[in-house]
Amino acid sequence: MNVFVLIKQVPDTEAMLSVRNGTSINEESIKWIISPYDEYALEEALKLKEKDADVVVNALTLGPVRAEGALRSALAMGADNGIHIECNEDLDIETRARMLAETIKKESDTGLVFIGKQAIDDDSNQTHILVAEYLDMPITTNIISFKLEGDKVTCEREIEDGDIETVEMNTPCVVTASKVLNTPRYASLMGIMKAKKIELTKITLSDLGNISTEKKTFTKRLFAPPEKAPGRLLEGEPEEMVKELVKILKDEVKVL
Amino acid sequence: MNFELSEEARMIRESVRKFAEEEIRPLAHDLDKKEEFSVELTKKMGELGLFGIFIPEKYGGVGLGYIEYIIAVEEIARIDGSQAATLAAHNSLGVGPLYYYGNDLQKEKYIPSLCTGENLWGFGLTEPDAGSDAGGTRTTAILCPEDENSWIINGSKIFITNASSPITLGSTVQTVTGKKAGGKKEYTCFLVDTGTEGFETRTMHDKMMWRGSNTAELFFDDVKVSDNNLLGERGDGFHIMLDTLDRGRLSIAAMGLGAAQGAFDLALKYARERIQFNKPISTFQGTAFKLSDMAVEIEAARNLLYKAAWLCDNGKDFKKESAMAKLYTSEVAHRCVNNAVQIHGGYGLMKEYEVERLYRDQRVLEIGEGTSEIQRLVIARYLGCYDDAKMK
Repeated sequence: MNVFVLIKQVPDTEAMLSVRNGTSINEESIKWIISPYDEYALEEALKLKEKDADVVVNALTLGPVRAEGALRSALAMGADNGIHIECNEDLDIETRARMLAETIKKESDTGLVFIGKQAIDDDSNQTHILVAEYLDMPITTNIISFKLEGDKVTCEREIEDGDIETVEMNTPCVVTASKVLNTPRYASLMGIMKAKKIELTKITLSDLGNISTEKKTFTKRLFAPPEKAPGRLLEGEPEEMVKELVKILKDEVKVL
Repeated sequence: MNFELSEEARMIRESVRKFAEEEIRPLAHDLDKKEEFSVELTKKMGELGLFGIFIPEKYGGVGLGYIEYIIAVEEIARIDGSQAATLAAHNSLGVGPLYYYGNDLQKEKYIPSLCTGENLWGFGLTEPDAGSDAGGTRTTAILCPEDENSWIINGSKIFITNASSPITLGSTVQTVTGKKAGGKKEYTCFLVDTGTEGFETRTMHDKMMWRGSNTAELFFDDVKVSDNNLLGERGDGFHIMLDTLDRGRLSIAAMGLGAAQGAFDLALKYARERIQFNKPISTFQGTAFKLSDMAVEIEAARNLLYKAAWLCDNGKDFKKESAMAKLYTSEVAHRCVNNAVQIHGGYGLMKEYEVERLYRDQRVLEIGEGTSEIQRLVIARYLGCYDDAKMK
């Protein structure tokens, strides 16, 4: 059974981001990582492979040349194959989802597609649902547990008020991973050496048939949130401070 | 010239750093406080592939070089000297001599489980009266009078890393086996398994540093071992010791570099957050210049050490450079931990702050595996300082 894991390369969570030209981020000297939720997705696929030797884990990414790094990391963790749709253009998410889906369709016997519940860079929360739609597969998002028996998938997902919903689907299907699903493994030194020997599969837009790249969405402006004003400390006796606080809440903040 | 590390080396740094920050950092304080060796953490380091980095795959190693090994030790030492000590001692002193000097039978018997982290191996060189002066070695091995294929070992060793942990399989032991033609002592190394009759180990406590690592005294009371336990040939002991220490210096140097980097990282973070006189203290020249000096010295130390490792990996003579790297990085680490505590002020003296542990852990680096004084002596020898005296 083929299993796909969709990997997105994103800036490190600790990277200092700055805006360039008003619509994109300055990529210079940024450290790139696999989007953390995609790591949970990958770990779940690798666990499946450990239980069933017939499972082939394909890590798939779409992005510029540097995105190869994310695939290498996925291979070092234990993925069997790395597929890179090389793309430098700023395409609509919808177009990207089509490209990902078309790439997955090239393989037969695909049973599962694992994706992080969202990418931590743009947080758009769309790719997974669009990919499922274009693959014509059912999807369960934000899962916290996963079980596969035969062709039946049972997973739990967190819903409002901390309640848990159990969902059953048949393969082939798509699931998206949340943080509590598992603890991703470290890339071992042996894994890193093994990954070095695996050749990546390269795919370009023209390999994927007729996909329109016409843009329907545009970034108008990208800006850092305004800096918060420093907190104000009231001083004096408790009675005075309370009076002052009530005054502020009434006159300045206008919540009373 | 190419200063770019390979993609694997960079990936190894990333993975080991993540492991050190997520798996070791949360435990380091407690292990240090309780003076406790963690079997579990050792096994996890083994699973990551940190033992046997430069050992070929056929013996269960990773088949990489010293540069990758150095980077791994550096990244662990950046977080915790104790785990770095377990790692460096096991690779350089435990597995190293077995791989370089062991025969096929010995390699097949011992190395695989030493590469996975299931077992550890010690290297018994230092004695109570033989520190810098290895000539003072008193542990002896004599041929067994009633059995010519066996030896009887008597004596003791001290400060031996990894030699008495719950998972220690045994130790390589340096002994005196007689006198050479010129009257000099003849040294021979033996492999002594844990549990051999008459062989006892005692864990040393109340250490200032590396409190989460295992340090032992070894006692040999008529310990009988067979010829098969000879490492190399009779009389190879001195050469094995020198060669092991030459390579070992690279990993001690990596510990110095890691400690210096770790102290710097903590100091920079603290200095940017700590407000005094309404400003982060990093904006005061007194602090900023300290941080600049630390960064410069760390960069210089890293270049010196990586060059020494590169020479070693490329089969070139690296002995002078490895002594230089050991000397320099451990002294840079000294200055960096000292500055880092100073920048932390009163908090730097509290165990709650990581820098306090780094400060204590650094101290051994100027003493262990050849003091700074001995390193200067080794370097001076390579410079030719004593050549004229020798001729007379």
